[in-house]
Amino acid sequence: MIYEKDSNKNDNLRTHSLSILVDNEAGALARVVGMFSARGYNIDSLTVAQVESDENLSRITITTSSTDRVIDQIKAQLERLVPVHKVLDLGNEGTFVSRELIFAKVKCKGEKRVEALRTADIFRAKVVDSTNKSFIFELTGSSDKLDAFITLMKDLGLVEVARTGSVAITRGSSKII
Amino acid sequence: MNFSGANIVIKSLRDLGVEYVFGYPGGAILPIYDEIFKQNKIRHILVRHEQGAVHMAEGYARSTGNVGVVLVTSGPGATNAVTGLTDALMDSVPILCLTGQVPTHLIGTDAFQEADTLGITRSCTKHNFLVKSADKLQKTIFKGFQIARNGRPGPVVIDLPKDVQNDQTTYIPNMNKRFRSSYSKKNINNSSVNKDHIDIACQLIIKSKKPIVYIGGGLINSGANAIKELKNFSILSNFPITSTLMGLGAFPASNNLFLGMLGMHGTYEANMAMHDCDLMINIGARFDDRITGRLDKFSPKSKKIHIDIDPSSINKNVLVDIGLIGDAGKILNNINKKLKTLNFSSLNQLRSNWWKTIKKWRRKDCLNFTNSKEIIKPQHALKVLNNKIKDKDFFITTEVGQHQMWAAQFIGFDKPNRWMTSGGLGTMGYGFPASIGVQIANPESLVICVAGEASFLMNMQELSTLKQYNLPVKVFIMNNRYLGMVRQWQEFFHGKRYSESYSDSLPDFVKLAESFGIKGMRVDHPEKLNEALDEMINHKGPVLADICVDKAENVFPMIPSGAAHNEMKLSDKDKVPTSTKKGKMLV
Ligand SMILES: Cc1ncc(C[n+]2csc(CCOP(=O)(O)OP(=O)(O)O)c2C)c(N)n1
Ligand SMILES: [Mg+2]
Repeated sequence: MIYEKDSNKNDNLRTHSLSILVDNEAGALARVVGMFSARGYNIDSLTVAQVESDENLSRITITTSSTDRVIDQIKAQLERLVPVHKVLDLGNEGTFVSRELIFAKVKCKGEKRVEALRTADIFRAKVVDSTNKSFIFELTGSSDKLDAFITLMKDLGLVEVARTGSVAITRGSSKII
Repeated sequence: MNFSGANIVIKSLRDLGVEYVFGYPGGAILPIYDEIFKQNKIRHILVRHEQGAVHMAEGYARSTGNVGVVLVTSGPGATNAVTGLTDALMDSVPILCLTGQVPTHLIGTDAFQEADTLGITRSCTKHNFLVKSADKLQKTIFKGFQIARNGRPGPVVIDLPKDVQNDQTTYIPNMNKRFRSSYSKKNINNSSVNKDHIDIACQLIIKSKKPIVYIGGGLINSGANAIKELKNFSILSNFPITSTLMGLGAFPASNNLFLGMLGMHGTYEANMAMHDCDLMINIGARFDDRITGRLDKFSPKSKKIHIDIDPSSINKNVLVDIGLIGDAGKILNNINKKLKTLNFSSLNQLRSNWWKTIKKWRRKDCLNFTNSKEIIKPQHALKVLNNKIKDKDFFITTEVGQHQMWAAQFIGFDKPNRWMTSGGLGTMGYGFPASIGVQIANPESLVICVAGEASFLMNMQELSTLKQYNLPVKVFIMNNRYLGMVRQWQEFFHGKRYSESYSDSLPDFVKLAESFGIKGMRVDHPEKLNEALDEMINHKGPVLADICVDKAENVFPMIPSGAAHNEMKLSDKDKVPTSTKKGKMLV
């Protein structure tokens, strides 16, 4: 490896989406998460599920805000773990799509009910449950979009949010392994 | 044909060429002990504390290059092993530690002697496994062994529930010959040396006017080939070479190119050369804080090449210009080959001024000390020891503290795998059990543990192991009646307030040795040193020697934490340049 000191790498914090393919075995997730906490790296969001049942692999998506140098170190530390097969920093692989899903429970009456429904419509959120004093909205989208929706709903009686964290994948036909 | 899981464990270890197991029995590991009883190919060494077992296995591994194997029971057996495992992780020592576990149906019930071994050892192992069924056993042991040994070595724990040890299953003969895990594939992919990068590195090497080679323990882990290639490189290049604590012996100390150890207690010439160089070639070292000192003032004018098998070592602490990832021996071989095509040695005069400067630094004679006729100076004791052993086939282990640093400074190592010390974790209590493991692997050699009186007390129960196997280890206690390294820091950085650093109520070490049936000696005057050391070395069995040394001596040179390489303190007369707040925060 050749490093050009201070060339493109900078010390600004950036959000990175890491896709990590691991053996689907007890302790693999703990090793990945443990590496972050032991070395003082932060995790903004984390999702994990089995994705390739025949090869018994799970895919972990972690978003973290770090400088480019720290991200290089995080990648190297992850790749060192025995159950880790592959680590991709999606931002470096061309473009990628990333989505999150939330359920937002909003408690409201009268005018606010109408306003909540109207806002939901603008964001294309679905109503998945409704009582005469509440709604549960389901919304999928980029993290920014969900943040905006939550901010608006706060004024309309938001009581609870369940949020998945990001899942992400590169565009085009290339495969992670 | 079917065998019990326990039987398969022993068969697999035998297939892997294991000769010794260091262990301590208990309820959850009894089926394996039963199998040990029924055979005589693998020798079991009964320790007196599980921490001792891991350090012995480390001593065995580091002096032979083989994997050290440990066998302990569940719960307290496993938790007692944790310090040793962490030590092996920090110093990249290949260890396979088999731990007993409560039967699978009791896991999670807070059963007697249950501990979450997998959870507890996750952060102090390279990898760990819980084997949930007997048919996975053989493969897991092979894989664990491979992980411990390959790439950057480290400790692996395999947790074995008691029912898995008892269950019957099939055994596959000769699996070791065919065994390939996904892990071995991954390692091969990781270590491909790029030819262009070698070429660029060679250009830097050729052009450098003030080069330094800085070697570490990774070179020793890489093996005999790497040692040979470094030798070849040194002949080709005539570059000065310095070593970390872990790398001592990878390049002969008696070679004129060798500048001694670098870092916090390294030599003046090594540290000054690190600071002023224009090219640094790091081979198998990791820019540890004991080495770099103050990071923002670390070798400010140099281009840096870093050779390491672990990609995460590159740019972790210090940004380098070229990172070469892979086996040090192979990479050095590539570099040497390339350099030969470049007609390189003819450019030697380019570096004659650099050597002049280095000679000037050497003339400072930084390891100089004022000897005494009344009291044994620790440096003097080690100098005498070094003179007596230097032509012998010897191994040195140490505990942690001042004596460790003096041993590194005053004993010369011309061969690798001869020097065993706890570098990364700095574990007091490492050296004595490690010396037992070294002696078991090298029964005919002279094995000496250079110890501090306080460190020795941390695992002195292993005197009983020493006696049981009648191992002729010489324990050389540099007794300064202080936690000397702590006392030194308190003297320099805490206003001479010697808080809890006096070694009070010490035993009579001679009587202590004798109570175990071991020869004990006390040496309390410089005049007696010469004869006493002969007596110690020539005694056929184990010896515990209590060397009463100056209580107030300090280790020099010293780069205080938070200071730069060119801010060394060379003697008590030098002002300590660190009353900086930042420095005080560091260890
Ligand atoms: C297990 C452990 N506890 C504490 C320390 C901190 N420590 C480092 S050196 C030292 C003193 C060691 O004293 P001794 O063994 O007598 O060696 P000396 O420095 O006197 O040569 C201590 C307490 C350590 N390294 N390891
Ligand atoms: Mg002491």
